[in-house]
Amino acid sequence: MSNSVTVEPVAPESDIARHLARRVVLVSPVFLLVGVLGWGLDGLLSSALALVLVAVNFRLGAAIITRAAQISINALYGAVLGGYVVRLALMTAVVLIVKATGLLATVPFAITLLVTHLGLLAWESRHVAMTLAAPGLRPTK
Amino acid sequence: MLNVLAQTGPGEMLEGLKAIGAGLGYGLAAIGPGVGIGTVVGNAISSMARQPESAGMVRTTMFLGIAFTEALALIGFVVFILLLP
Repeated sequence: MSNSVTVEPVAPESDIARHLARRVVLVSPVFLLVGVLGWGLDGLLSSALALVLVAVNFRLGAAIITRAAQISINALYGAVLGGYVVRLALMTAVVLIVKATGLLATVPFAITLLVTHLGLLAWESRHVAMTLAAPGLRPTK
Repeated sequence: MLNVLAQTGPGEMLEGLKAIGAGLGYGLAAIGPGVGIGTVVGNAISSMARQPESAGMVRTTMFLGIAFTEALALIGFVVFILLLP
């Protein structure tokens, strides 16, 4: 495998990340409502922060993969693993900064982060599975 | 160091130990997904090198695999935030 091997110029991960970000907007009212009803203004801000982190994490991950794949598949390996560490570090830094201000309600933040991340992935997986298995039966939503 | 430890109250000691535990837990929780992501990407790269025409499908599956694996690290992150004093 040489360094000059590149993959074809497609960016399916960008489409998936765009779908996921759009779905974050769709489900956000539910989480924001739960946050504000259960924990007040702090809960609202914490849920909003978790939703933004999930969307930005997906978009950043996809952007790293797309950019690295244009260089070479060897670069892709390094970029994905390096990007994983960088994204976790960025997320930790942002949350620690917000926590230091005293505005972070940890429970709604944790619930929103995990449920949104896993729920949206499951939703998108259904779409992708149908698209790959039977393009004619591709769901519209 | 023992003098410093002897001067701290039980509450302070507990807070410090909780912070150490949270950091250690987060670090350990990030190892597994790191190995998992490496496996996913390594196999995806092998597939793309063997069949470059299937790169689109492979990258789609790879991205979803990475995201699902990353959920484990997020669980560790959430526990870290919950434990942090």
